[in-house]
Amino acid sequence: MPLSDEWLKIENLQSYYGDFQALHGVSLTLKKGDVISLIGSNGAGKSTLLKSICGLVSQKTGSITWKGEDILKFPASEIVKRGIALVPEGRRLFPSLSVEENLVLGGQVARPGPWSLSSVYGLFPILSEKKTAPSTSLSGGQQQMVAIGRALMSNPDLILLDELSLGLAPIVIKDIYELLPRITASGMSAILVEQDVTRALGAASHFICMQEGRVSLEGTPMGFTRDQISAAYFGT
Amino acid sequence: MNTITRSTRLSKVAGVISVVLVAALIAVPWWAVASTEHLLAEFCIYLALASLWNLLAGYTGLVSVGQQAYVGLGGYVLFTCSVFLGLHPILSILLAGLAAALVAVPVAALVFRLQGAYFAIGTWVVAEVFRLSFAQMTALGGGSGYSLPVPIIKMLGDAKPVREANIYWISLALGIGALALVYTLLRSKIGLALTAIRDSEIASSSLGVKIDRIKYAVYIAVAALTSMVGCIIFLQKLRISPDAAFSVNDWTAFVIFIVVIGGIGTIEGPILGTIIYFLLREYLANLGSIYLMILGALAIVIMLTAPKGIWGYISKRWNIALFPVGYRINFKD
Amino acid sequence: MDWLNAIVQGILVGGLYAMFAAGLSLIFGVMRLVNIAHGDLIILASYLAWAIVHATGLHPLASLIIVVPLMAGFGYALQRGILNRTLGKDILPPLLVTFGLSVILQNGLLEYFTADSRKLDAGFLETSSFPLLPGINIGVLPLLMFVSAVAIIAGLQFLFYRTSLGRAFRATSDDTEIAQLMGLDNKKVYAWAMALCLAVVAIAGVFLAIRSNFDPFMGPGRLIFGFEAVIIGGLGNLWGTLVGGVILGVAQGLGAQVDPGYQLLAGHVTFLLVLAFRPTGLYPRVSG
Repeated sequence: MPLSDEWLKIENLQSYYGDFQALHGVSLTLKKGDVISLIGSNGAGKSTLLKSICGLVSQKTGSITWKGEDILKFPASEIVKRGIALVPEGRRLFPSLSVEENLVLGGQVARPGPWSLSSVYGLFPILSEKKTAPSTSLSGGQQQMVAIGRALMSNPDLILLDELSLGLAPIVIKDIYELLPRITASGMSAILVEQDVTRALGAASHFICMQEGRVSLEGTPMGFTRDQISAAYFGT
Repeated sequence: MNTITRSTRLSKVAGVISVVLVAALIAVPWWAVASTEHLLAEFCIYLALASLWNLLAGYTGLVSVGQQAYVGLGGYVLFTCSVFLGLHPILSILLAGLAAALVAVPVAALVFRLQGAYFAIGTWVVAEVFRLSFAQMTALGGGSGYSLPVPIIKMLGDAKPVREANIYWISLALGIGALALVYTLLRSKIGLALTAIRDSEIASSSLGVKIDRIKYAVYIAVAALTSMVGCIIFLQKLRISPDAAFSVNDWTAFVIFIVVIGGIGTIEGPILGTIIYFLLREYLANLGSIYLMILGALAIVIMLTAPKGIWGYISKRWNIALFPVGYRINFKD
Repeated sequence: MDWLNAIVQGILVGGLYAMFAAGLSLIFGVMRLVNIAHGDLIILASYLAWAIVHATGLHPLASLIIVVPLMAGFGYALQRGILNRTLGKDILPPLLVTFGLSVILQNGLLEYFTADSRKLDAGFLETSSFPLLPGINIGVLPLLMFVSAVAIIAGLQFLFYRTSLGRAFRATSDDTEIAQLMGLDNKKVYAWAMALCLAVVAIAGVFLAIRSNFDPFMGPGRLIFGFEAVIIGGLGNLWGTLVGGVILGVAQGLGAQVDPGYQLLAGHVTFLLVLAFRPTGLYPRVSG
């Protein structure tokens, strides 16, 4: 079968944390180069969906196909080798590793591609000045850069960005979002979780609105009015 | 309508049976032969040690590998009170409980600074310190030990059967007493708090300080009772030495196996575990070290496949409990 | 002069205790596991060396070529086969499983090698010494033991902070979940840590077997020495374990100088004093 440009195909995904069901049958399709925004209120299941894709949530049924391969049961360490990277909510850098060690570890899977230490430092010049510093000594925005850089180092074909703006100053958020097109320029796909709906819709070609573990609305930002989106968001 | 109850028909039946059983056990000296009586006394001793260790490890999360410290301490307090003060053994047993409680206060202050598994080894060090210290006390026979003087033994009865019956009854009282303590504790508010910390991290952080105090109290109470059990052990053996008194194998390793195999964190587990332990010992003890390897392997297999032990498996499979400490919801359509 | 001698000899023995402690510290650092069978594994290594020396006539130190990889392989298999399944929020399973393992190892050694105590003969290494000061002789073996301990700790330190394996150890210890997103299989990382731990244990076991008699029941005592050195030095600090080992060795040496019966007691009491007055140890790990 020739590789279609439908890279990620999720069908009827149900995810659980112990006895608690967080996703109730989510489906989505992502093509090469797509940037999809995932919006929805707290607890709608956005982070769970990202974690299910990259393998951090293992209790799940349904199907997740990546480039024609069923990755539903794969452990996280195998999924990253196939080109899906996550920038986790809250950044979660390794505190006992320096900035550069965090980045190098991100590149451990050694996939070929444009991203390397030097290109990450090119994207975020401030990091090269701080490369020997402990990752926890950086400001929030710089830590977010390390987290993005760490994900890029694996040269993913799909990058999952979870709440990039959480806890950051508006000016820093603006800077980071301005860099996003440079990241996706090479044809990398992205799924973006963002609280700020305007920003989320501005950065994406498609959006998916989630509510209580289900998809409540999806399409292109142009295709719906704010009221329609707001209804899907709050469930009114 | 749905109802919430504590006891079930099974636990009520179990209650009736246990009353009959206790009556029969009290009457043992009149109907059983000496060897049975002796075996049952030993059974009660292990049942008591196992229930107490289970309370500590299974409910409070304080996994001690050093309970032999209190078994030995109890034994030595008994011998000291008897030899130097000429006290009646039953009085000595009560004093041993008190002494252990007093000793447990500073010991707890020290070992509670260690977390989790390090706590376990810390308690072991304390037991070693006790063993080495008693080995230095020449008045108590130093490393080679001491025998209980005959006049003291005779305080429990001039004739051997009378003495043995008395020792048996004390063992029985301690065995049932330990079970009763665990049972009442778990039905109380403290038990509810303990179950909460075991099952939920959020509950434990919100209960915070109170839980620390409960842990201290449980540790000290368990130390006192363990020490009283230690008295009866050496009252039966009539001789004490540091190596026997503070043996990690006899007073902790076997006890851990009993609880793990029977079911940690359940009241019924130590009872079932003690029965299984005595059966295994009866049939396999002549294998010597291989028998111990089997016990170790059994404990590992159970921990990996059924962490709540055999009783945990049974009670989950058939949803039964003999001691109604929890609440259950009866769904009716 | 006797006292000074006791201190010097205590420092050297401290090297051996640091070897007991380094492995404990390493696996606790990587996976928060405390292995109750640690001491019994040291004694297992002693017996392995003994069996190899008796079968091949190798010098005890040369037996390390076989004992180290054998123990490391055993560590890898043990972690993957059993210990990985015990790791989680609950501290009981790892504790009780390694406790069971300890009993199995002790009785297995007893069954196979009997209760007779044994010793490895390292020839001139054991008998040679040179004077440091009048009245104080340094044995070649204790010195070699101490130097090896320093080398092992320096090596572990290098591995931990300068190599990709060390990076994997630190990352997995920091955040297991995110480490998996970096392509690290935490179960394999843990297995490598245990392999490394048992490689150190193997060296400690061989030195122990050359230095003194050993029997199947010596394990728990070695576990306790290692544990005391770890706590005295400060959890999570490799050089701290060396300091802890030395303090323990000196305390025991001085205790023995007072009365042979006080040797072990002095070590334990020192540990309890540190616990009472410096509960985080002398060199606690500075968190970032």
